[in-house]
Amino acid sequence: MRSTPRWRPPLSEPLTLFDRIWRSHVVASLEGGADLVAIDRIFLHERTGAAALNALAAAGRKVADPARVFAVTDHIVDTRPGRTDQTLMPGGQAFIAETRAATQAAGIRLFDVNDPDQGIVHVISPELGIVLPGATLIAPDSHTCTQGAFGALAWGIGSSEAEHAMATGTLRLKKPGTMRVTFSGTLPALVTPKDMALALIARYGAGGGAGHAVEFAGDAVRALGMEGRMTLCNMATEFSAMTGMIVPDEKTFAWLEGRRYAPAGPAWDAALAHWRTLISDAGARFDREIEIDAGTLAPMISWGTSPEHAVGIDQCVPEDAPQRALDYIGLEKGTSLRGIRIDAAFIGSCTNSRLSDLRQAAALLRGKLVADGVKAICVPGSSRVKREAEAEGLDRVFVEAGFEWRESGCSMCFYAGGESFGHGARVASTTNRNFESRQGPNVKTHIASPATVAASALAGCLADPREIT
Amino acid sequence: MAQPLSQITSLPLPLLRDNVDTDQIIPSREMKSTGKTGLAGGLFAGWRYIGTSGREPDPAFVLNNPRYAQSEVILAGRNFGCGSSREHAVWALAEFGFRAILAESFAPIFAGNCVRNGIVPIVLEADAIAAISVSDAPVTIRLDEQDVTSADGQRWTFAIDAEAKAMLRHGLDAIDLTLQQAQRIAEWQGCDRAARPWIYLEETA
Ligand code: SF4
Repeated sequence: MRSTPRWRPPLSEPLTLFDRIWRSHVVASLEGGADLVAIDRIFLHERTGAAALNALAAAGRKVADPARVFAVTDHIVDTRPGRTDQTLMPGGQAFIAETRAATQAAGIRLFDVNDPDQGIVHVISPELGIVLPGATLIAPDSHTCTQGAFGALAWGIGSSEAEHAMATGTLRLKKPGTMRVTFSGTLPALVTPKDMALALIARYGAGGGAGHAVEFAGDAVRALGMEGRMTLCNMATEFSAMTGMIVPDEKTFAWLEGRRYAPAGPAWDAALAHWRTLISDAGARFDREIEIDAGTLAPMISWGTSPEHAVGIDQCVPEDAPQRALDYIGLEKGTSLRGIRIDAAFIGSCTNSRLSDLRQAAALLRGKLVADGVKAICVPGSSRVKREAEAEGLDRVFVEAGFEWRESGCSMCFYAGGESFGHGARVASTTNRNFESRQGPNVKTHIASPATVAASALAGCLADPREIT
Repeated sequence: MAQPLSQITSLPLPLLRDNVDTDQIIPSREMKSTGKTGLAGGLFAGWRYIGTSGREPDPAFVLNNPRYAQSEVILAGRNFGCGSSREHAVWALAEFGFRAILAESFAPIFAGNCVRNGIVPIVLEADAIAAISVSDAPVTIRLDEQDVTSADGQRWTFAIDAEAKAMLRHGLDAIDLTLQQAQRIAEWQGCDRAARPWIYLEETA
């Protein structure tokens, strides 16, 4: 006899990718509305890692599962060829030595100065298959959101939270809101994921994503390769979002297969089956939605001291620009950005230092020369990227054009007291922050894509890559 | 661990700029050791001193104004503490003696770092910030009541997570709190290991 059930479970409510990952990691709900959230991966770097590990040890606490904690020397380590532990930053060696000692004592895998897998934390974590779809990954570094490109929940934290996560395998967190940023249409030629990020922040403000985890969606996002997706997610923190993330797809899985710490064999198949469920359901509700037509975007350039101070390269410094920013950057309202003379060009950082970035810049530089008087530097994002670029001959393209070709690391993305471009220098840079003195005392940073920076290096002034022939 | 905190009365130091980032709060070149201390001298170094290497105070910067020498509260604009996640920014503020920041909004990582180091991040509307700035007089912050009152009797309430409030109020250590749930965490991991075995790695060092 067929019985009619009196009660049927409600159709499960539609969920966002973020909600799926969050819910599956809640260990307990805490009083006061926060959750205790399980953390799958922790990545430290030598700038802040030793401080967290030393504080933990001083409190008599242990790292709960050292096999899921990794560390790298990327921030302070020198990037000039033939490097050792010596740094240009005064006292930098101590950070490297202490990180080495502290990770060894805790049983944590360190990708050390001359390890073939060394590189910028957010570049090597995906290369090694350390970040995985559906995983929670944290690092005491604000650009950890880069790794959300793999459908992971990855975000930056402070040192105390790193200590907490290492000691307990969890964090106490208040759930953020959700926001979906949909880029419809198709990106025009020489308009890049960097320009998508800058356009979003310019339009909605550097605080526009505050309190939210952002999912990037839409045809223009789907069309991006994994490296471009990382560039887009990288700048979620410049948008003040907790993180950026993208629903994983076949491109994601293909990119990860065979990576060192990614599952293999039957574990890969099991993981894949799980990862394919990591979607945002059709009816899922986001707390906020933003839509941008990617087809209308232009190469972007920053003119001020916040990432929200950015316009298309063919535009002028806006009339409502704050005076403080103009005083620092040394520009006036109404000045055309194109044609502003630069002293230096920098291609590198966790935003734009992967193979596709270097290829894009090299395509413009091939057979040409950097303008006289422009100090031009290219720093691959990882030792692997460097090897792969050299195998393609990209290093020669850069060097023959007049660029320095470096060992990998954060290098002059930020100033730690060592190397800089010179007091007050004006730099076209593929980095993510144009803050006052970020790249050195009084250095004036204009952030842009690798194509725009390469074009500017050739022209000796801010230039539109679409006009390079 | 931070000192318990319930009430602060102080003349707020006005720093009414938007997007004050952690590179400005503590420049990277001022983070000279791997420790958490010795940072107060580098607080706002780029604005506070003349030139980039010396220690000659720039009288134009508000932190050098003797009127605010005893301030324990900062009055700020939008998106305070954006940029790098460096907790050194909060360690430097705490070491210098700041215990609360009133701002229109905060960068999220920075606000979390504040709570863990005994500084109350308080979000107020723009008009409240403006009123406090104009009066340029001491305010009283009460954590239990979740309010800010001015000497002339104006009062604004603020929101704060129950957990953040309890941690600040009692100077609690989050790790100790969480370790009370060690059993629960172990159980969760047992289930998760069965569901997602690939997440658990063997020794890697
Ligand atoms: S490359 Fe720059 S932004 Fe990225 S992690 Fe290094 S210092 Fe930070």
